[in-house]
Amino acid sequence: MQTLRRLSALILKEFLTIIKDPKSRFVVIVPPIIQFFIFSYGATFDLENVRYAVFDESRSVLSRSFLADVEGTGRFRLTGYLEDAGQVKQTIDNEKARLVIHIGPRFEERLQSGRSVQIQVIADGRSPNVAMIAIGYLGTIVENFNRTLLEQGLAQGSRPGLALVERAWFNENLSSRWFMVSALGGVISTVVVMILTSLSVAREREFGTFDQLLVAPFSPVEILVGKSMPGIVFGMLDALIFAGGAVLWFHIPFRGTVSALMVSLLCFIITIVGIGLLVSSLSTTMQQGLLGAFLFLMPAITLSGLATPVENMPMWLQQANMFNPVRHIITALRRIFLEGADLGTVWPQIWPLLIMACVTLPLAAWLFRRRSV
Amino acid sequence: MNSSVSSVSVALTTKDTGVETAPLMHADRVCKTFDTPGGKKIPALDGVSLKIFQGRVTGLVGADGAGKTTLIRIAAGLLVPTAGQMTLLGLDSVDHSLEIQSRVGYMPQKFGLYQDLTVIENLRLYADLQGVALKTRHDRFDKLLTMTDLAPYTKRRAGALSGGMKQKLGLACALVKSPELLLLDEPTVGVDPVSRRELWKIVYDLVEKDRIGVLVSTAYLDEAQRCDQVKVLHQGRLLAQGSPDSFTAGMQGRVFLAAPDEQMRARQIYTRLAGQEGIADATIRSGRVRVVLNSPLSPENGNNQETGKQKIASLLNRSASTITTAVPVFEDAFMALIPRGDAQLHTPSTDQDKPWTPEPSSGEDAAVITNNLCKKFGDFTAVSNLTLDVRRGEIFGLLGPNGAGKSTTFRMLCGLLPATSGEIRVAGRNLRRSRAKARARLGYMAQQFSLYGQLSVKENFKFFGRAYGLSGKQLKIRMAWAFAEFGLDPWQDKPAGALPGGYKQRLSMATALLHEPDILFLDEPTSGVDPFARREFWLRINGFAEQGVTVIVTTHFMEEAEYCDRMVIISRGKTLAMGTPGEIRSLARTPENPDPTMDDAFIALSQGDRP
Amino acid sequence: MTRFFMRLFGVLRKETLQILRDPSSIILALVMPLVLLIIFGYGVSLDAEHVPMVLVNNDKGPMSRELAARFAGSANFKIKTAGSMTQAQSLVLARKAEGIIILQNNFTAILGGAAAGTGTGYLAPVQVIINGTDANRARLIEGYIKSIGAKWASMRVARGQTAMAPLVSISQRIWFNEAAISRYFLIPGLITLIMTLIGILLTALVIAREWERGTMEAMLVTPLRKVDILLGKTLPYYFLGMFGMGMSVVVGTTLFGVPFRGSVGALVGLSSLFLLTCLGFGLFLSAAIRIQFVAAQISIVAGYLPAFFLSGLIFDLESTPKFIQIISYIFPARYFVTIAHTLFAAGDVWPVLLPNAMVLAFMAFLFLGLAYRKMSKRLE
Repeated sequence: MQTLRRLSALILKEFLTIIKDPKSRFVVIVPPIIQFFIFSYGATFDLENVRYAVFDESRSVLSRSFLADVEGTGRFRLTGYLEDAGQVKQTIDNEKARLVIHIGPRFEERLQSGRSVQIQVIADGRSPNVAMIAIGYLGTIVENFNRTLLEQGLAQGSRPGLALVERAWFNENLSSRWFMVSALGGVISTVVVMILTSLSVAREREFGTFDQLLVAPFSPVEILVGKSMPGIVFGMLDALIFAGGAVLWFHIPFRGTVSALMVSLLCFIITIVGIGLLVSSLSTTMQQGLLGAFLFLMPAITLSGLATPVENMPMWLQQANMFNPVRHIITALRRIFLEGADLGTVWPQIWPLLIMACVTLPLAAWLFRRRSV
Repeated sequence: MNSSVSSVSVALTTKDTGVETAPLMHADRVCKTFDTPGGKKIPALDGVSLKIFQGRVTGLVGADGAGKTTLIRIAAGLLVPTAGQMTLLGLDSVDHSLEIQSRVGYMPQKFGLYQDLTVIENLRLYADLQGVALKTRHDRFDKLLTMTDLAPYTKRRAGALSGGMKQKLGLACALVKSPELLLLDEPTVGVDPVSRRELWKIVYDLVEKDRIGVLVSTAYLDEAQRCDQVKVLHQGRLLAQGSPDSFTAGMQGRVFLAAPDEQMRARQIYTRLAGQEGIADATIRSGRVRVVLNSPLSPENGNNQETGKQKIASLLNRSASTITTAVPVFEDAFMALIPRGDAQLHTPSTDQDKPWTPEPSSGEDAAVITNNLCKKFGDFTAVSNLTLDVRRGEIFGLLGPNGAGKSTTFRMLCGLLPATSGEIRVAGRNLRRSRAKARARLGYMAQQFSLYGQLSVKENFKFFGRAYGLSGKQLKIRMAWAFAEFGLDPWQDKPAGALPGGYKQRLSMATALLHEPDILFLDEPTSGVDPFARREFWLRINGFAEQGVTVIVTTHFMEEAEYCDRMVIISRGKTLAMGTPGEIRSLARTPENPDPTMDDAFIALSQGDRP
Repeated sequence: MTRFFMRLFGVLRKETLQILRDPSSIILALVMPLVLLIIFGYGVSLDAEHVPMVLVNNDKGPMSRELAARFAGSANFKIKTAGSMTQAQSLVLARKAEGIIILQNNFTAILGGAAAGTGTGYLAPVQVIINGTDANRARLIEGYIKSIGAKWASMRVARGQTAMAPLVSISQRIWFNEAAISRYFLIPGLITLIMTLIGILLTALVIAREWERGTMEAMLVTPLRKVDILLGKTLPYYFLGMFGMGMSVVVGTTLFGVPFRGSVGALVGLSSLFLLTCLGFGLFLSAAIRIQFVAAQISIVAGYLPAFFLSGLIFDLESTPKFIQIISYIFPARYFVTIAHTLFAAGDVWPVLLPNAMVLAFMAFLFLGLAYRKMSKRLE
């Protein structure tokens, strides 16, 4: 009874200090939502408006028909026609266009006589990823163009070839926004919870109020619970707002179960709270707390697989990444949103989080008293 | 109020102004208002006019918020006056700030020493910034280092110096280019008496040899006594000015001493007198109660002394013959001069409505015992072999300069810091190892203001009350008591961080007392607080001690030791002396100084300890 | 004049000593860039290698075996074979494989002409199912499969065997980065992040700290001029930032083999412009906000995050909605990311470098000017 009363007073105080401090309030609410929307729109691998130039030496019906196919996809934006080969280098070098499509002079002639012909695509390798994806788009256009040629008998084809019949599971239109936005909320909540908790003990240390708590009849466990609550509540709130925003605003499908979402988010946020409190109880000033949070957040987010696949990393880094909680929640969120995972399916992502929480939280509580200098 | 101002205001006596010299600094009706975030305008200075002359030390005194720092900052060119004109060395402080800054030395309250730089690097930096020529630099550094006794520590980082050494280094930096005028903003706050005397000696030497002018603000009224001129600021106005003697002259026959006897201890006399009608000030000094009467009782006859004695005697229920007159000092004049508004002293609750009775639990007679307590941080020994015992119901003082190891000891006693070796028992338990419940009978007031600034006064009370297990009706009663006792009623819903300094102090104390603790720990409760708040504070402490609460208090104000039953003086982690104030003072008694003060005692005691 | 240099050297020496003795400066200026370099060099890659795939070959003919061998031999894939579709599906669902390649039982027959029909009947289908969660990766995988198929077909044509090359095919040239290695693209961009970190975050923190510790007040009452303070604060962090940049370039080109095709002069000049912009912003921030905590937060929100997300460092800006592109023009990072990519991959292409450099020069001038104006010798 006494314990409960003390605890409720402590939790109430933790919330009041955040709600009443304009700086903390701001950190918790406004920037996360702005970040979520701006980054949801900004963080994309889908190409739009790829600027391209055409060097068409053929100037024939067929070459124009191919170029019309390119234009028809809506992914590309024509910046102009080139007159001679010398302009190609200048166009790419000066970033006037990111692609040059070069069609040779005997394009139509060769096709009509049933010989194969190449379309040369010169891409700007300064952004190799854009180049690769754009060429991939063009490949699909070429394939369809070939099929049309054969079907309409516009060109002669006598011998059989290969046809690629593709299907993507979970994300049928291969929209990278689905991929980013389903996981982005997890990352932004990480930042919020981390800043909130990494400062919570450090702030009290700096203002001397932590001594008051230690002198009062609170046990370390009570302080730990009290300090964790705002992080957990605000973190969950933000994460759920982002999940809602993803489904309602960005129309990301939600195929998994709500229970899986809630449980994995909760476990994840508790883990982050543990790390944040650990950082905070190691720091004596807010600046140290913030710096510590930054030192954790930067590698954790960069290596989380949010933007670049974890599978591309060297083995040692992938193994080290097992200790990165952000990596686990990102995987879990994508599986829940896009693959329709339920609680059992995301268990492999949940248990590492639980283990981390079991280490960091008690360590933080132990440090409350240890580090008081 | 204004009439009293004019009555004490003393004109400059022409004989020692050095009429022919122009003033080094001249404030002409200087006003300064600050805008608060809420759009309110707060006047910090309100038409202050004064002059500072070459070759003398001018002291600037006043309560917190009187405008001392603002005035000095305007002189240093850091602030622009809202109205009026500030002229230094014949130059306007706004238009010629760069020129002025190269000819004036300024030492802010929190001096800008770079903690990561060594002593010599700090000096070199300020020499570079002031453009001291390389040729003359070496001699100047030598001189400054000798003067400040810092020569052996040139390679030490400023952050690792003691409080007194830091202030001396700050002074050396401000003096690096022999300034014509030296501005010092509370240079001796938190400095031990030995270093304080050394600092003042440096300043006087400079005035004597280099004939510079010095403007120094101070919270120590005994320091003001030693200035050539004193300017008293109150609520942004110049209340009075003149030589210290001109101040004390008007106090003749208004200052008395009441000695304790068998029936009444000094503390009881003090409690009885403080805050009574007609009494401007009561303090315990050298074991006796010093009383200052508010105004001459009957201005027409010369028999003031007798009337005064009788008045005091009647308050104490004893004969007037036990009261003696005393020679007035500046402090007495100052206390009588400053009008008291809401800072009126409270008389603590009398015995009838005694708020709580501490339980005499667990048979043990001592509230706190330590045995050979040691604390080391790496190689540095912060506390060595401290053995003390605090009895129940006593006020026990932990005295020493900043960095002496007071706070470390204190934090070990409260269980905030583990001891390296030795034993601590508080109410029969070791707080560091015992369960949370054991701490419920303690009250703790930290050195800096450490309540939740964003929470309102009420919310702070509720939180700490519940934290210590109060609830429901009990909590309500205690909160009502705290609001009334500490005069916090009008501030209930204000954020604690927005309270004025003195109220923060009261709130901290109220919070520590909310749960009726048996043992009260107070860490530097009077540091950074003006003389008025300090008196109010000690009066309260006395009241609680009379009710049987054990109080353990640290302070670096040596004269405050007089309010303690017993105390220990520590310096550099070592115990210098332990005993009652009388016992400690007697250690410094010499034929030349038959009636030493606590400061004298500290200096005598630490002489054997200095390297 | 000598007074001016004396003051300046005094401030410079002090700043240098402070940086050297303050662990947080060292962490921000040296440790963070190294951590970032290693993370980006090793951990961040958009290229797919050894992608686990399942191959279901229902055709027992020689041609399907030949094609399957091609897939197995590719460095892009790590091929497992599955006997049935159900088995393959369960591998994908268990995340043991990222996709399935299926060769139907009439594969050899169609290609051998035995099952000749009309229209698309001439084409032997290669079915591909990919886990599309990571859309970008899925597209890359598709691309790899296509190019393996195309190479196999053209080889058969060259050997005069049946099967044909597609009528129209693409011959791709990716200039500056023929193998499309993403590291060549990420490391130059990283320099932007490192300089942002030192220029904005560190500067803002250090000056706010001077305010908090009261050293600023002592500096203000010395005859220092505003120019002295500005220069004294800019130069040490300028050198620190340039050091971070140099370190990234050296580590990037040696350890990670990123080609550098531009001139060192252009690199130093242009990164100076960017760094000055950052320093100007950092100085302005700390002159306006004297609290470390707030300064740090703003420099992360307005400096670091936009440099990461809205600069073209990883995500292509031209593909984002218009309003995002408009926002990105406010932040200096995008101009320098373009400059860095061009300098490393393409060389000194002035028509690209110059317009970006001019914007940066304008911004540097603007922010330094604002910082100078905001900086006051007074406390108000």
